[in-house]
Amino acid sequence: MDAIQFFTDAYAQQSSSLHLHAFQQSNLDAFSTMGLPAIKHEEWKYTKIRNLFKDGLTYTPTLSNSEIKFQTLKGTEEANRIVFVNGLYNAALTHLIEAEGNIVVKPLDTAAGDEDAELVKKHLGHSKDYHLDGINALNGAFAAGGVFIKVKPNVVLTQPIVIYHVTDNANGMIFSQPRILGYLGKNAEATIIETYVSTGNSESLSNEVIEMCVERDANLLYIKLQNEGAHSSHTGTTHIRQLEKAMTQAITISLSGAIVRNNLNMIMEAEYGESHMYGLYLLNGNTQVDNHTIVDNQMPHCFSNELYKGIMDDSSSGIFNGKIFVRKDAQKTNAYQSNKNVLIGANASANTKPQLEIFADDVKCSHGCTIGKLDEEALFYLRARGISETNAKALLLHAFAGDILQQIKYEGLRTHIDELISERLSFQI
Amino acid sequence: MLKIENLQARIEEKEILKGINLDIKPGEIHAIMGPNGSGKSTLASVLAGRADYEVTGGSVEFLGKDLLELSPEDRSREGLFLAFQYPVEIPGVSTTNFIKTAVNEKRKYQGEEPLDAAQFLRIMKEKMNLVEINQSLLSRSLNEGFSGGEKKRNEIFQMAMLEPKLAILDETDSGLDIDALRIVANGVNQLRSKDNAFLVVTHYQRLLDYIVPDFVHVLYNGRIVKSGTKELALELEERGYDFIKSEADQAV
Ligand SMILES: Nc1ncnc2c1ncn2[C@@H]1O[C@H](COP(=O)(O)OP(=O)(O)OP(=O)(O)O)[C@@H](O)[C@H]1O
Ligand SMILES: [Mg+2]
Repeated sequence: MDAIQFFTDAYAQQSSSLHLHAFQQSNLDAFSTMGLPAIKHEEWKYTKIRNLFKDGLTYTPTLSNSEIKFQTLKGTEEANRIVFVNGLYNAALTHLIEAEGNIVVKPLDTAAGDEDAELVKKHLGHSKDYHLDGINALNGAFAAGGVFIKVKPNVVLTQPIVIYHVTDNANGMIFSQPRILGYLGKNAEATIIETYVSTGNSESLSNEVIEMCVERDANLLYIKLQNEGAHSSHTGTTHIRQLEKAMTQAITISLSGAIVRNNLNMIMEAEYGESHMYGLYLLNGNTQVDNHTIVDNQMPHCFSNELYKGIMDDSSSGIFNGKIFVRKDAQKTNAYQSNKNVLIGANASANTKPQLEIFADDVKCSHGCTIGKLDEEALFYLRARGISETNAKALLLHAFAGDILQQIKYEGLRTHIDELISERLSFQI
Repeated sequence: MLKIENLQARIEEKEILKGINLDIKPGEIHAIMGPNGSGKSTLASVLAGRADYEVTGGSVEFLGKDLLELSPEDRSREGLFLAFQYPVEIPGVSTTNFIKTAVNEKRKYQGEEPLDAAQFLRIMKEKMNLVEINQSLLSRSLNEGFSGGEKKRNEIFQMAMLEPKLAILDETDSGLDIDALRIVANGVNQLRSKDNAFLVVTHYQRLLDYIVPDFVHVLYNGRIVKSGTKELALELEERGYDFIKSEADQAV
């Protein structure tokens, strides 16, 4: 498709924004200049993003009121629920159990014009400098359909917030662009889970941007769970600004999809921030998952630890690119990174690339990556005890994934993901 | 029970077993001794079904079945057990969960219902007492960070749980302190019956004081070059392998 023409037309047709007009317009201009990233774009070497913008993709950036049924995420039945349908925030389907006053959830366009306008102005679009590639700008041109989430200072949420991205693709190919701006006030604590579901099996592509600010002493646990099915492609950026002594744990779990690209940015812009980043990609069929992470250490005394693990079966492929920047003021940075892959499919592949750029001298940084096969000695040991080859492999792979699984502190969800993994590995007695 | 005829095997072009003959009947205990590198572990591995070894000739019959045709897991489920000379450390797999899976796979193979948690726990307690192994060890990852002796004891515990027809113990006595040696031997003796058999690979007479063999064989250079009763082990302890080596080398 001629993407620039297509989206310029869509832009003209979307319902006009009240308060984000200028923001959207500048993003549309940026997109019109850059277009979609070409294959030669270094950041998009493996994810051939242009191929995903196919003729026949439907994009409706205006909310419709149609009834929609979707599967809720097992293990999170009690949680707060924020729902997007085809990329647009849907207030009617959203359901909060949290006491009013603890948390604010409203359309992003509204927030841009009320008492939270300052926050929106300060944080919306902060990710764009890290992604000069058209994709981020394309989402920005339609940002008014997004949501604003604020957890008030000192509030500890009793239940997680689960954000459902529902794709109503029962009747055709769908393109969607969710936009989220999250804000955790000082000393607040919250768990935010993103999950993706579709109503049908037509191809779909979602292009998401979620930006969050974790204020001083606040604590965010963020989980992104991808298990939508082989028809769905995704590009998403999770961009987290961390203020003084803020702590974030981000866990990205990818179990299925067509072509998936996840950007995760940790912006350590104040002292003593701490981030933990975990990823697990367990892939089969032709699924491709491309994880790009950035830790940008700008101030002293920040800590980050990153562990991504991949298991690739069949013809699937897993890509990891981990950037760590240590700016010249960021003395006493501790930054660790590790990526481990197991190839089990004959045509499976893994690519891994650490990129460290360090401009301070008093820092501790390390990185490591491995691509291997299952340990034959271990496999034989298990089989010699009467355990079938399938179960022996499942036990070993489950153990490999266990390092990531056990990081999910929210038990209901951990149990559910654990079951999904056992099922995938066909463990059976 | 086990009938090995003219078994030959190699690894990466290297001929290691050069025609092994061995007949083990129910109720018997056989000991295999022999110098380092003579092929004892290779024999054990070939019997257990390790894929690295290529069987180039001969046959092995186990309880009426062609053993060499069976997958490693089916050999185990049919009642063959190998206590590894070097048990493998498997991080992230809990010992208890592993044993439960093994026991239940065997039951399934035999057409029995899997054990429920309570039944499994009861049997596990009973066997733990038998081999005097500690609960804390079993709640850890399989063999991970276990001391040499703990690994060997865990092998015997697995044997007790799986109740094999034929157990091959590959140097289970190496690295054991005197108490552990007694416990391991005790475990073997308690599991011993007229229906099962043991093949014990060892370098030391010491173990054979506790587990008294019916036959002792000497493996040298890929062949069993001498067989006898328990007195042969005593003779070897006294005289070393030289006299056997020179006899065997002359015969070739
Ligand atoms: N992967 C391999 N490649 C080449 N040679 C091998 C390989 N594995 C074993 N061997 C050789 O096969 C021979 C027999 O080894 P094996 O382990 O069976 O001896 P062993 O009798 O058990 O010795 P030990 O008493 O030291 O345990 C040795 O010479 C060994 O080096
Ligand atoms: Mg050996």
